[in-house]
Amino acid sequence: MTTNGHTYTLKVWRQPGADRPGRLATYTVTGISPDLSLLEALDVLNEDLIRKGEDPIAFESDCREGICGQCGIVVNGVAHGSKLGCTTCEIRMREFAPGSTITLEPFRATAFPIIKDLVINRSAFDRIIARGGYVSINTGAAPEANAIPVARDLAEKAMDAAACIGCGACVAACPNASASLFVGAKVSQLAVMPQGHAERERRVTRMVAQMDAEGFGNCSNHGECEAVCPKEIPIHVISRMRREYIRASVKSVLG
Amino acid sequence: MGGVLGGCSTSSIGKKILSAITGLGMVLFVVGHLAGNLTLLLGAEAFNNYAHFLKHLMHGAFIYIAEAGLLLFFFTHIWMGVTVWLHKGRAREEGYEVAGNAGGESKKSLSSLTMILSGISLAIFVVIHLLHFKFGPAEAQGYLTTIDGQPARDLYRLVIEEFHKPLPTIAYVAFMLFLGLHLRHGFWSAFQSLGVGSPRLTPAINTAALILALVLAIGFLALPVYVYFGVDIPAATRVVALEVGP
Repeated sequence: MTTNGHTYTLKVWRQPGADRPGRLATYTVTGISPDLSLLEALDVLNEDLIRKGEDPIAFESDCREGICGQCGIVVNGVAHGSKLGCTTCEIRMREFAPGSTITLEPFRATAFPIIKDLVINRSAFDRIIARGGYVSINTGAAPEANAIPVARDLAEKAMDAAACIGCGACVAACPNASASLFVGAKVSQLAVMPQGHAERERRVTRMVAQMDAEGFGNCSNHGECEAVCPKEIPIHVISRMRREYIRASVKSVLG
Repeated sequence: MGGVLGGCSTSSIGKKILSAITGLGMVLFVVGHLAGNLTLLLGAEAFNNYAHFLKHLMHGAFIYIAEAGLLLFFFTHIWMGVTVWLHKGRAREEGYEVAGNAGGESKKSLSSLTMILSGISLAIFVVIHLLHFKFGPAEAQGYLTTIDGQPARDLYRLVIEEFHKPLPTIAYVAFMLFLGLHLRHGFWSAFQSLGVGSPRLTPAINTAALILALVLAIGFLALPVYVYFGVDIPAATRVVALEVGP
């Protein structure tokens, strides 16, 4: 496999720790098969770095099939690369011209501090979810599935928003580093379902307050988030979040 | 209620709602302004009568109420815009080495990325524009005409004279291009900020924004160009009339 592959120049963001300065380091990888994924090419490079006694590049991945939301690299300036509707792990080396330079940077936002190299801390998302991204139910026997009828179109709408895997590409791609698409998706998936109605005002108010407190930027409706979202979640979820927010604000005044 | 307004100016969603309402309010004003400007095409009498009518509407109260509202909208809009822009730097302290565009459904454009610059340009323009005309030379400086036998300001001659100078004409055309650039993103974005967005509505509003930006920019910049090339400077009214003025 390695005898007739291609050669690429990888420029990778190397940063030893959160409070340490980082820089782009340049590596040449050879013998890369076009069938390898980008992350596998990084695996090949890391094997090489380990053999030489150097520190391997830290990057995240888990399922490597676009489901888990763990991987996330800004590839040549675009979060998850330029292929629409894909996570970083789904990028194949055949998408890059042989001999080309590929720049890999971490998702950048103050609310997503860099842990090392390409690995970021996304626990800001967890804290937003903890403020209302759930439905409170009594534990015990599971309720009967068809007890609450849900219209099919609403179920579809909820599912479209619920496709969010929390990867953070929306934040990475946003010129303002806003988390509106993520929070919009989480608010929307519950706002359209009867099960989510009981806590809808509290949910949107608290989740938006937490989003702001985490230091994410303001949404200026650039729509770049929708374009990089591996689940292609539309910015209409942001409209819905705003409607929910306005509704909650009006209700808080009128009671 | 005060709590809601306070919350509006501090929460990320509230800021955009305020920005949208004030922005759309100013769009309404600008549409009315352009319609008023078109009386210029009808000649000196129509234009001066229109200016006179606005000044004396509701015994002169209308113009002050409208100006107070516009000032409030103007400064709120600037405050929100600058706040959003400043926050952007804090939310991503270290930028990317390589800048890219995802394409696809993205609405990121020259217009959306330059809102702060086009906005600041328009704020500067408004100041110049007010100094030029509203606070510019009036009856006492010889821009005098008569409406219904009463002395009135000859705003028409001032406008025509200004747009026979190359620099103001070029500057107005340039500023109106910034207006178009600002509205191309601003108009559709305002609706999205107010929660008016859906798979069916958004493409229509986005197209409407493009049309509105083109119509307003071309409408506003066409008048100075038309005056520069196609309208002669009218003769000044005899300054003698000034003696009988108020």
